[in-house]
Amino acid sequence: MAAEMEPPPLGNAGETDFRELEDGEDLFVSTVTTLEYPEPSSPEPASLPAEDISINSNGPKQKDVSFDDDPEDLFAEATEEVSLDSPEREPILSDGPSPAITPVTPTTMLTPRMDLGAADMFERSLDEIEEDNNGDTFDIHIAVSDPEKVGDGMNAYMGYKVTTKTSMTIFNKNETTVRRRFSDFLGLHSKLASKYLHIGYIVPPAPEKSIVGMTKVKVGKEDLSSAEFVEKRRSALERYLMRTVKHPVLLKDPDVIMFLESSELPRAVSTQALSGAGILRMVNKAADAVNKMTIKMNESDAWFEEKHQQFENLDLQLRKLHASVESLVCHRKELSVNTASFAKSAAMLGNSEDHTALSRALSQLAEVEEKIDRLHQDQAYADFYLFSELLGDYVRLITAVKSVFDQRMKTWSKWQDTQLLLQKKRESEAKLQFANKPDKLQQAKDEIKEEIEELEGKVEQGEKDFELISKTIRKEVSRFEKERVKDFKAVIIKYLESLVQTQQQLIKYWEAFLPEAKAIA
Amino acid sequence: MMPRAVNVDLQTDATLQVDISDALSERDKVKFTVHTKSTLPNFKQNEFSVVRQHEEFIWLHDSFVENEEYAGYIIPPAPPRPDFDASREKLQKLGEGEGSMTKEEFTKMKQELEAEYLAIFKKTVAMHEVFLCRVAAHPVLRKDLNFHVFLEYNQDLSVRGKNKREKMEDFFKNVVKSADGVLVAGVKDVDDFFEHEKTFLLEYHNRVKDASAKSDRMIRSHKSAADDINRIASTLYTLGTQDSTDVCKFFLKVSELFEKTRKIEARVAADEDLKLADLLKYYLRESQAAKDLLYRRGRALVDYENANKALDKARAKNKDVLQAETSQQVCCQKFEKISESAKQELIDFKTRRVAAFRKNLVELAELELKHAKGNLQLLQSCLGVLKGDT
Repeated sequence: MAAEMEPPPLGNAGETDFRELEDGEDLFVSTVTTLEYPEPSSPEPASLPAEDISINSNGPKQKDVSFDDDPEDLFAEATEEVSLDSPEREPILSDGPSPAITPVTPTTMLTPRMDLGAADMFERSLDEIEEDNNGDTFDIHIAVSDPEKVGDGMNAYMGYKVTTKTSMTIFNKNETTVRRRFSDFLGLHSKLASKYLHIGYIVPPAPEKSIVGMTKVKVGKEDLSSAEFVEKRRSALERYLMRTVKHPVLLKDPDVIMFLESSELPRAVSTQALSGAGILRMVNKAADAVNKMTIKMNESDAWFEEKHQQFENLDLQLRKLHASVESLVCHRKELSVNTASFAKSAAMLGNSEDHTALSRALSQLAEVEEKIDRLHQDQAYADFYLFSELLGDYVRLITAVKSVFDQRMKTWSKWQDTQLLLQKKRESEAKLQFANKPDKLQQAKDEIKEEIEELEGKVEQGEKDFELISKTIRKEVSRFEKERVKDFKAVIIKYLESLVQTQQQLIKYWEAFLPEAKAIA
Repeated sequence: MMPRAVNVDLQTDATLQVDISDALSERDKVKFTVHTKSTLPNFKQNEFSVVRQHEEFIWLHDSFVENEEYAGYIIPPAPPRPDFDASREKLQKLGEGEGSMTKEEFTKMKQELEAEYLAIFKKTVAMHEVFLCRVAAHPVLRKDLNFHVFLEYNQDLSVRGKNKREKMEDFFKNVVKSADGVLVAGVKDVDDFFEHEKTFLLEYHNRVKDASAKSDRMIRSHKSAADDINRIASTLYTLGTQDSTDVCKFFLKVSELFEKTRKIEARVAADEDLKLADLLKYYLRESQAAKDLLYRRGRALVDYENANKALDKARAKNKDVLQAETSQQVCCQKFEKISESAKQELIDFKTRRVAAFRKNLVELAELELKHAKGNLQLLQSCLGVLKGDT
């Protein structure tokens, strides 16, 4: 019954239903099988229940592809369809009667089938998708490397090599290498955010743009600071990708997979800061901020209240910590510079000292200090890449978490608004009963009845949406917290190990110097 | 309050021992209690104490410099003025910023600053003490009358600080002196020893100055880094108390660790300051005093040569010959006297310098090792706990 088929990738779960599921009952029952996208082995592409999804979508554009049997083709076609411009994408929730509705059949409609392997994702609730990776254990490693400047002048950009090594079956090959530029990453994030944020998934934020940093690189400044900038960015991009694929749902998103595997990617023009889409984004952000202030939600669930507060506190402290660590990095770099300078000075002093043994000792001191200077540099590097960048990442991640909470509020608000509208319509209906114009009456009555039915459906849907997003957020938060704990524990240990190494080296250097000092006669 | 041990190695003998047994900081004055133990007959008692202020030390030093008899000696450099301005400013800033930090942070920073204040205080006491010990150790200067008065006279010496006009005069005197110094230095010395010392001291002095400045900067960065670690420890503590997950233990443990390592880092900076920076500063001043000695000798040489020329002229003209002869003899004696003692002084200077550097460099290395080992042990034990936990 599916007129148009939707590419089945799990990740698109969010997009599928753009239409109110009027004939929703049928939706998933008829679904045939499997396509664990893009398993070539799978027989049929999943017959997508949702009809005309692509056509009337106001929301995130789906890959409007005529679904072919061949998954490979999907890619090819998909590239064209992927909306480069889609300004409509961003303001999904600002639309009034936005069709952004529950992605997957709420579990109430469908008994979750524990089919493994080739289970159609639309048949399963998202619960299962996350718990069961088709028997695949999470095994994927992404490296971003080899930054290379492409082009010249203000149109130049940095290209990065993205290498994916995996044994997971959702990927075509065990190892893929592609070249991507920064705007590609931003484009990926933009797509993921538009698909998943509004249904409660915490989408890892992409690294920040830096006009100053990039301009230096474009202009061709081959100095230390641009090299540092490129390295900082490379590392950030790598972390971004790894975080994204660690999310069980995002990992299977076709956009993600395409990003990692496809050799050519359409340019994500809409990510440019000054593009039309960019400006629209900014306007919408402002609108959102205003809306946020005006929505007063009756929080019936203490869990959300508590978590919200917790994240506020965490945000505050992490920012503070981040600032202190940045200051430490700065001072350590300063210390390194000053130590090097002192080392030179001590060497000069040793040269002019006319007592031979003392002169030699002073030269040795200069050497020790030089080595210590390099030690400080290395430590500053560790301070930064281990500690400071992690904190920066989490500050941004928490912003994403907070926005997900906001989405929930919006969902609630929409539901309430629909309810109010329904109420008004009912009142109008009641009024009509007592109207005095019989000829118009019947027609008006019918109209209103239709509208009321429609609204009742919407209200029901609104409630379901709200419940679903609440449920999703709970899961997401719990997953986020687990990741956070793992990340911080790992980084803290690595950082302490770097400190241990520094001290061990220091001991070596001073132990070597001590006999020299004692030898001064 | 016992001052820290002096950083210059000096031999003191029983006939005259001087130290600063106590010090009091009052507003912008520091009052030093100078304590003397002596078997010399010149003193009324064998052991006694007086209270002196910085200006009185300066007076004593200046009296040495102005004394022609001491022209041939390296005059021990005067101790620098006690300077608590920077520390006081920081304490004030802290007071103003009290509202913006938690109570624990405030108390911590206050303790830090108070410790810093105390360290500066101890340093200034040490430097004043070193000056007195150098004088007491010097075979000639220790017999100086002004010195005895300084040590014994238990009333205020009524030495007022220089007023503006006197300071201006000093300034001009210095300008003239350095101009003259350049002229004098230009005169090549017949004596190899002194010629070598001249070149050596000039270069050495400049390099010590540079090393001293650079070591100061290095140590300041070190202190700043230690301060950052302090703040990090506090924030980690807050995070640890707020966090409801497993990781809170990590935060608390690491916060505790950083509190301890920060203290060690601060002490490293302080020790580097004492053993390295102070050493360099001291030898900056001593090398200047040595240069001054060379200048005086050079001046005397020039005077002697001029007197010789005048004598020749007088003999040629057969006019005022006796006068010229006396003048020449005086110059000759002065020059020879200075030369004789200067040579020994410069040799002693080298011996002292080498000994001081040796002592301080050894102590510096030992302290750095001690602190690094302490740090290492703390880090490793914390890592052990954290790794065992995960």
